[in-house]
Amino acid sequence: MRMLINVPETVVADALRGMAAAYPDLTVDVENRVIVRRDAPVAGQVGLVSGGGSGHEPLHGGFVGPGMLSAACPGEVFTSPVPDQMARAAAAVDSGAGVLFIVKNYTGDVLNFDMAAELAEDEGVQVAKVLVNDDVAVTDSLYTAGRRGTGGTLFVEKIAGAAAAEGRTLERVESIARQVNENSRSFGVALSACTTPAKGSPTFDLPDGELELGIGIHGEPGRERRPMMTSGEIADFAVNAILEDMPPSSPVLVLVNGMGATPLLELFGFNAEVQRVLRERGVAVARTLVGNYVTSLDMAGTSVTLCQVDEELLRLWDAPVRTPALRWGM
Amino acid sequence: MLDADFFRRWMTVAAASVDREADRLTALDAAIGDADHGSNLQRGFRAVTAALEKEATDTPGAVLTLAGRQLISTVGGAAGPLYGTLLRRSGKALGDAAEVGTPQLAEALRAGVDGVMALGGAAPGDKTMLDALIPAVDALADGFAAARAAAEAGAVATVPLQARKGRASYLGERSIGHQDPGATSSALLIAALEEAASGAEGSR
Repeated sequence: MRMLINVPETVVADALRGMAAAYPDLTVDVENRVIVRRDAPVAGQVGLVSGGGSGHEPLHGGFVGPGMLSAACPGEVFTSPVPDQMARAAAAVDSGAGVLFIVKNYTGDVLNFDMAAELAEDEGVQVAKVLVNDDVAVTDSLYTAGRRGTGGTLFVEKIAGAAAAEGRTLERVESIARQVNENSRSFGVALSACTTPAKGSPTFDLPDGELELGIGIHGEPGRERRPMMTSGEIADFAVNAILEDMPPSSPVLVLVNGMGATPLLELFGFNAEVQRVLRERGVAVARTLVGNYVTSLDMAGTSVTLCQVDEELLRLWDAPVRTPALRWGM
Repeated sequence: MLDADFFRRWMTVAAASVDREADRLTALDAAIGDADHGSNLQRGFRAVTAALEKEATDTPGAVLTLAGRQLISTVGGAAGPLYGTLLRRSGKALGDAAEVGTPQLAEALRAGVDGVMALGGAAPGDKTMLDALIPAVDALADGFAAARAAAEAGAVATVPLQARKGRASYLGERSIGHQDPGATSSALLIAALEEAASGAEGSR
């Protein structure tokens, strides 16, 4: 497998140095692995800190900036960051209004953020946590680590970020983040496995002519393998899986997300099919976002996320944002 | 009796066997997880040996506490907090004693395992590191060789189990038929204990 890297051991540090060079609005601490918006802490605003394994770019570092995250903590590839990183980030962004940790529901992320919250509270930072668990592919969550956090993370980070930018209290920002998570559902499909730099070969074997349904974002295999389907058939399967779990009673935000190696040409075509299914099912679409946002290294495939919004959540979604990966209104 | 030197040797041997087996751990993890268990533990145990060379540790408890703290700060993932807690809790349970006997070590490791269970919420049979650690601690009264055999048998016994915790749990029934990487690395840690002990006998 050919990769555009020097050596596997330095991929994360190398990427951070490159981000620092590309985005002067960010303060990138390469050694301690913390990405902070340059003007942090912002007086009177709740700080938003997220993080997780690397390999999902632009998540989370690409979402740091006014109107979204205050800081992000990248771990090794597909490995949650260590508590010291989040404690450091919390200290850097706390203006006295408190800090919200946005945590994708994976065992490692939960444990490390829990330990970080203890460290930060010892330093006098008020910390609240919200778990993102939007993946409907995990069905028997009683017997697993629970539903995974995937595409819904983008909606949580953007909308909670807008609420924080308006100067809402920690309690309020936390409850908005929780509401966005409860209103979000995702389903992912892989057309190929991905290759981690450490391993250098695909994380699972997917023979030609087959696809993997219900994947997560870490190259872990999904729940079911089937003969290859068309874009339209995949849209039917994914959207129906979501609507079965959450029949929306209000308009939805749609995220058609690429896993990393699927061209935008295919993603836009797939989005047309997703919109067709939503129309057929009578679901009103408020806004749509198409692109590579919550990726899984070089995996080919896509995920669909729907988030039900009321007027308030839609207003916060539309609010100005200025980050490397999402930017509008400012 | 086991002194600080013995515990330092345990950590050094563990680091060497993690180095040796890193590719196998990562390959096991690729089958039912995310292909990074070997490289993550390698990073962590290298940090442990570096810290033990740099910082003075006078007691068995201090060695394990320092090792645990290093793992928490360098490994990440679930393995960092879980292995870190195992060693840190065990170290704290050993207190300030300059030397400890095998029964005290068994008691301390049991406290460590309890910490792992409280943190991770797993139970025996969930296809996790506990499936190697619990039998090992139970067998420690019969000596290090018995503990090692119990840990290795426990790791192999995870093959037919369905994972109920951690990333492998997302696979449902498809996790059956694979040996758990966490139980495998736990067996390495216990095997290192026996190797450290036999090294001690050989050198004295």
